[in-house]
Amino acid sequence: MLSLRRADPGMGYHAARGGSLVPMLLVLLATLFVTALAAPAVVRFARPAAAPILAIVPALATFWLISVAPGVLRGEPIGLVRSWVSGLEIEFALHLDGLALLFALLICGIGTLIVLYAGAYLGTHPQFGRFMAALLGFMASMLGLVLADDAIALFIFWELTSITSYLLIGFDHERADARKAALQALLVTGLGGLALLAGLLLLADAAGTLRLSDMAAARPDLPLDPRAAAIVLLILAGAFTKSAMAPFHFWLPGAMEAPAPVSAYLHSSTMVKAGVYLVARLDPALCDIASWSRLLVAFGAATALIGAFTASRQRYFKRLLAYSTVSSLGIMVLLVGLGAPQAAAVYILAHALFKGALFMIAGVAEKRTGRKDVEALGDLRRAMPWTAAIAPAAALSMAGVPLFLGFAGKELLLKAALSAGWAAPFVVPCVFAAGASGVLVALLVAWRPFHAAPEAGALPVAAREGTPLLLAGPLLLAGLGMLAGLFPFLGARAITDAAALAIAGPRGTGLVRIDVPALAAPGAALALSLASLVAGVLLYRARARWRAIAALGGVIDAASPQRGYTAALDGILRAARFQTRLLQNGRLRIYLFVCLLSTIGLVLLAAARTGTLPGVPADDVAISAPDLVFLIIAAVAAIVATRLRGRLSTIAMLGGVGFAVAMLFLTFGAPDVAMTQFAVETLTVIIFVLIFHHLPRFAVFSGPWVRLRDGLLASAFGVLMGGLVLLVRRDAVFPPISDAFAARAAPEAHGRNVVNVILVDFRALDTLGEILVLAISGIGVYTLLRLFIRKEREA
Amino acid sequence: MNSLVLRTAARFLLPLLLVFSVVLLLQGHNEPGGGFVGGLVSASAFTLYAVAFGRDAALRAVGINLQVLAGLGVTIAILSGVPALVLSEPFLTGHWATVPIPGIGDVKIGTPLLFDIGVYCTVWGVALIMVLNLAEE
Repeated sequence: MLSLRRADPGMGYHAARGGSLVPMLLVLLATLFVTALAAPAVVRFARPAAAPILAIVPALATFWLISVAPGVLRGEPIGLVRSWVSGLEIEFALHLDGLALLFALLICGIGTLIVLYAGAYLGTHPQFGRFMAALLGFMASMLGLVLADDAIALFIFWELTSITSYLLIGFDHERADARKAALQALLVTGLGGLALLAGLLLLADAAGTLRLSDMAAARPDLPLDPRAAAIVLLILAGAFTKSAMAPFHFWLPGAMEAPAPVSAYLHSSTMVKAGVYLVARLDPALCDIASWSRLLVAFGAATALIGAFTASRQRYFKRLLAYSTVSSLGIMVLLVGLGAPQAAAVYILAHALFKGALFMIAGVAEKRTGRKDVEALGDLRRAMPWTAAIAPAAALSMAGVPLFLGFAGKELLLKAALSAGWAAPFVVPCVFAAGASGVLVALLVAWRPFHAAPEAGALPVAAREGTPLLLAGPLLLAGLGMLAGLFPFLGARAITDAAALAIAGPRGTGLVRIDVPALAAPGAALALSLASLVAGVLLYRARARWRAIAALGGVIDAASPQRGYTAALDGILRAARFQTRLLQNGRLRIYLFVCLLSTIGLVLLAAARTGTLPGVPADDVAISAPDLVFLIIAAVAAIVATRLRGRLSTIAMLGGVGFAVAMLFLTFGAPDVAMTQFAVETLTVIIFVLIFHHLPRFAVFSGPWVRLRDGLLASAFGVLMGGLVLLVRRDAVFPPISDAFAARAAPEAHGRNVVNVILVDFRALDTLGEILVLAISGIGVYTLLRLFIRKEREA
Repeated sequence: MNSLVLRTAARFLLPLLLVFSVVLLLQGHNEPGGGFVGGLVSASAFTLYAVAFGRDAALRAVGINLQVLAGLGVTIAILSGVPALVLSEPFLTGHWATVPIPGIGDVKIGTPLLFDIGVYCTVWGVALIMVLNLAEE
């Protein structure tokens, strides 16, 4: 037994903050994002070699991470801080400590293999460029997520992983199932993301810092804060949806609609672990809140059990692996909750290696045989000898057979479960069931199709061996799982220890290192581990009977959260349809009526509450003669427009109103505004002329009383707006900003036209927003007209 | 519309109006004008052309896909804010350089001008998307 040295958070970090020559972390992230953007072009110009070329980038990232690993493992994290939103005290901070290193290595290392695998798996797909862009974009986002040391940055990367995974799950977007699964994953993780944002902001507010690495030490009395419960619930809502914890686990099996490389990468080794990463990252700050650990233990153990049970009933490759992943995610969360960081770190590493390998194997088997049902296959070792040889290597780790890394993970897990105190009676059975189910799944995925005889009467299957690039990934991952189990001193131990220290946080000083040899010391944990192995094998042999018994568990499906999700979605759509029919009924005058009436009502309400009433400023009410002329022209034209019975004349009158107002702008010394108004009026009239003969007959829809009502409303609104302008002039609270603009335009912005300087310089961001809206509405008009024209032609 | 007077006028007015719109754009910083109104004028010019020669002729005269034009405008406007980011200043902070142009003298060129060009292209593109698609027979 040996006490681990705790990393000094200040050391090295400040050195990097002060004067690191090249901000390598930033370069790393930026390079990956740029590679993602460049992926479609690379695929277009170098199609056969595109995947190997693109894989160079994550491979280099992996090597860089390995090269800095010794320093990080010595307890010298690499950090980086850049000013970001200075007004809100938000800084962009990255931080590479042991926990981030473990995840970053998984993301970049497995990512490299996945890129190669995807090239072999999907390389000929016409949309392969888009696929690689989304995959690399996801990789970059995920890396950003684990490196982020700022709550806001973490949230942004978190959402980016949701969006990129939406694109990846829905990659085969012409299939309705894929679209539905993608939307479901996006909605569930997206809603969780919103909860997470609220939780992070509350936590940051309570801790007084947005810096994740400072949060643990910031508020020792956090459990006493009245917001503690809300913080825990909101953050867990985010983490649990992302990591498919029960009752949110239903989206993960659906996400298996994605191509195999995506399942292998996102849904086993990386994205679903984001929630686990988050609870591990925040555990030092939140573990003193009693409900935090209890919820982690309760939901983790329950998810492990539900995932294990559901997995044991499946017979399709991906469903088996998906539900067993749900079970494993539950175990990881459980381990964080139990305060067993070493076990959590080893389990995360072991799971990523074997599950990534098995998903890739499953992809190869599905692709090369065209079958998804493991029971429909058998004796594939003759046609696919290499695949058949690699698969058990990964499966043995998953089953937790001694000498493999999975065994170490299981051993630590059982030890943690046995010493769980009050929770042990609940936790140990869940963990045992998860272990047995893992053995069953491992046998079904890696043994049944390859080494067992096919079912009597099964259709013959034409199978071909996978190409070397398809098998390189699983081979390497399974091999690593074996080596890390056999030779724990070869680096894997150092990395998991450093990750465990980071998870433990300030408690790390007291962390006791548990030695796990490849063959464990005898004890209760070993006995349980071997018992679960035996139970799994027995389950496998009696699986036909077990499925019949477990089918009774189908009642669970009736109350499954999937149904709740569907019902909620339908309910929202119904509510939307109802309120659309009510409010958006397609009659322009109703829209105007509602808008004007509510504006008047709100303004009057505000006026009544503050006691202010519109009034005329005493100083200047002079109206010059030309102004009066234009005002009268505008008023007369407006009134005449309401009385006319012809479309052209009405349009002309409305144009008259516009031109008269434009002339007013001119007399008030605003030539820019006037000019724009003239141009707009002209274009409007032209548009009317262009669509003139498409329009229906000019009709009067309203009777005299309705017209009177509308007239009164219109007049009231005009009076109100006029009154408001006068009020603003009378009761100006702040000195008008226009003087400052006028004074600064020439010296600071090199322009004498103040209006233009405001538009393109002082308030350029507003203008940017406006032209964006303009462009979007242009796209909308285009789409509507195109659809309309196409429908008309088809009709 | 098959009118000789209109067609002849449109043929001459198109370049004139386009030059006018560019003048509006360039002088906008000091005199009345700017990218928005410049874009509207240039859209009006092509609208006039479309009225005289038809929608397809106007599209050919523009020479670039309208959606691309609008997107290009937004892109240019965003890019004009990037130099500030590189210099660790708030997005869209203006930067100016004085460029001596023979025959005209020193001309001040800055990122706000680039921004205004983006506004010009966006307004030009979107207005034409609306007008020319409505004009489709």
